[in-house]
Amino acid sequence: MSGRVLVGVKRVIDYAVKIRVKPDNTGVVTDGVKHSMNPFCEIAVEEAVKLKEKKLIKEVVAVSCGPQQSQETIRTALAMGADRGIHVDVSGKDYENLGPLQVSKILAALAKQEDAQLILLGKQAIDDDCNQTGQMTAALLDWPQGTFASEVSLEGDKINLVREIDGGLEHIKINTPAVITADLRLNTPRYATLPNIMDSLMNNETELHKPNHRTSLCVGLIPLFETVAPEDMQGGTDRSGAMLRHTVLQSGKPKRIILSCLCI
Amino acid sequence: IILYDIRCFSVRAVSVFNVLRSLSAASHGLTDEQKEFQKVAFDFAANEMAPHMAEWDQKEIFPVETMRKAAQLGFGGIYVQPDVGGSGLSRLDTSIIFEALSTGCVSTTAYISIHNMCAWMIDSYGNKEQREKFCPDLCSMEKFASYCLTEPGSGSDAASLLTSAQRKGDHYILNGSKAFISGGGDTDVYVVMCRTGGKGPKGISFGKKEKKVGWNSQPTRAVIFEDCAVPVANRLGEEGQGFNIAMKGLNGGRINIASCSLGAAHASVQLARDHLLVRKQFGETLSNNQFLQFKLAEMATKLVASRLLIREAAQALQEDRPDAVAICSMAKLFATDECFNICNQALQMHGGYGYLKDYAVQQFVRDIRVHQILEGTNEVMRMIISRNLLSES
Repeated sequence: MSGRVLVGVKRVIDYAVKIRVKPDNTGVVTDGVKHSMNPFCEIAVEEAVKLKEKKLIKEVVAVSCGPQQSQETIRTALAMGADRGIHVDVSGKDYENLGPLQVSKILAALAKQEDAQLILLGKQAIDDDCNQTGQMTAALLDWPQGTFASEVSLEGDKINLVREIDGGLEHIKINTPAVITADLRLNTPRYATLPNIMDSLMNNETELHKPNHRTSLCVGLIPLFETVAPEDMQGGTDRSGAMLRHTVLQSGKPKRIILSCLCI
Repeated sequence: IILYDIRCFSVRAVSVFNVLRSLSAASHGLTDEQKEFQKVAFDFAANEMAPHMAEWDQKEIFPVETMRKAAQLGFGGIYVQPDVGGSGLSRLDTSIIFEALSTGCVSTTAYISIHNMCAWMIDSYGNKEQREKFCPDLCSMEKFASYCLTEPGSGSDAASLLTSAQRKGDHYILNGSKAFISGGGDTDVYVVMCRTGGKGPKGISFGKKEKKVGWNSQPTRAVIFEDCAVPVANRLGEEGQGFNIAMKGLNGGRINIASCSLGAAHASVQLARDHLLVRKQFGETLSNNQFLQFKLAEMATKLVASRLLIREAAQALQEDRPDAVAICSMAKLFATDECFNICNQALQMHGGYGYLKDYAVQQFVRDIRVHQILEGTNEVMRMIISRNLLSES
């Protein structure tokens, strides 16, 4: 199996940043906040580059959907070893409404356009934690999917995958073309080296695409009512011994009291 | 009655902190390429250096493996030409990289910058054979380098150095000793400034490892030459050119050291800010205390001012501008002094915790204190700047 791999990379708020909710509760503060490539997308890029280094695939194309700043994320992918970048320009209201369904439609269209053999994605994004894009993309293309991959190996035109699932590890074999989503232990992403950064930025161009009516973004809007920060932790109540008796005596009749151990 | 709208205050506070975050990010005005370099350096510092910085300091470990990892990314010869294994970047790129690396460990980054200066010196002033023999191994950090200029009797007055090199056939015989040599005894290549013409007995040996207040992840020793034979083929440049080469090296070295101070100050401002947001006294977080707010504002302002001066100096050096020497000295003087004050103030803001070795801020203070002394004391910087101002041309 040789050919092209599409890797989806998403620009998200950096994992180390403390998230703040906007005062009007319409979302979280993103202006001036440090953003980086979604960590699971980094793992996906690393896997694609490794496959290319093993000469199992020919070209790695990094794709990002979003505003102008998404180009930074594509640059990082190029610096890690991707050959080409595609920036699907989505801004303003469209970007606010951009979710897994819309992105998977875009990826499916691009996969056909680019004649991709494999789509590699992170298992989920750390901002919305949807864990849907990979699965939806596979369904739209009617391709097999290998999600939560912790090991990937190519065998002819099939892929051997180890998936991390609740019950343990699952070994599957799927046909290509396919969609794979990367889990944490798939690999350790490399640092870009200075020479790679310079080469990639000089030689590789990022194409700009505007989504057209076929990849319509208006479908399937999920209305967002409110964003709030989780409540501050309250102290727990000691429901052991003396407290228990006191509560029953106070009310005069026996209550159903659920004894809980130390609430921290 | 003074009405205090708390909701308004907290909104403003949020935007102030966002601005600080983006100021602290230090990536304004950089090219796309430079932003990528900076990102790699920050990531490397956070993942590979910061978790070990306390241990390297306490156990005085010279982190060879970590530095070699850095070299694999191109940090071993940042401004050395690519044909001998370097990354071929500019002085400004270098400053950005060292500033970012320093947030992970000042002492190790400072050593890496010294190593880079040695590699650059051989790259710039060496002949073809010397460049091909030494630079590739230095750029990959297969071999480590030390820079030997200071002597027990000549620090600020570098021109008065005594280490002699007497020509005997196709060797120079070196006699004398160098003091406070970073990496001394653990490194492989020594770039030595010496006076041609002299006399003496045996080889190269090292004094005891010095016990220092900071910079503990790099060993410091005296380097002693007794009749030490060095092939003439290893002489960089012509006889008599050494002083010039040393001075040129120092301009870049000053920017590098100042950049390391920047990284420490940047990290300390972040630490102080985080502490102020968490620590409560008198029923509220320290961040509500106006004196501390103002102090933090001053620290951030001086940090940005230092950064701009250093980057301007790096540009000036890169372009070989006539004011390069003066501005490099200004940048070193200003940044090392201000950044030390920033780190010191950050320690103060931590209260008693700032004094404990469990907290990183004290290590930043200890590590960058010496930046006001080496690469030319800040007093010597004033000499250079005033000389430049008072000269007639």
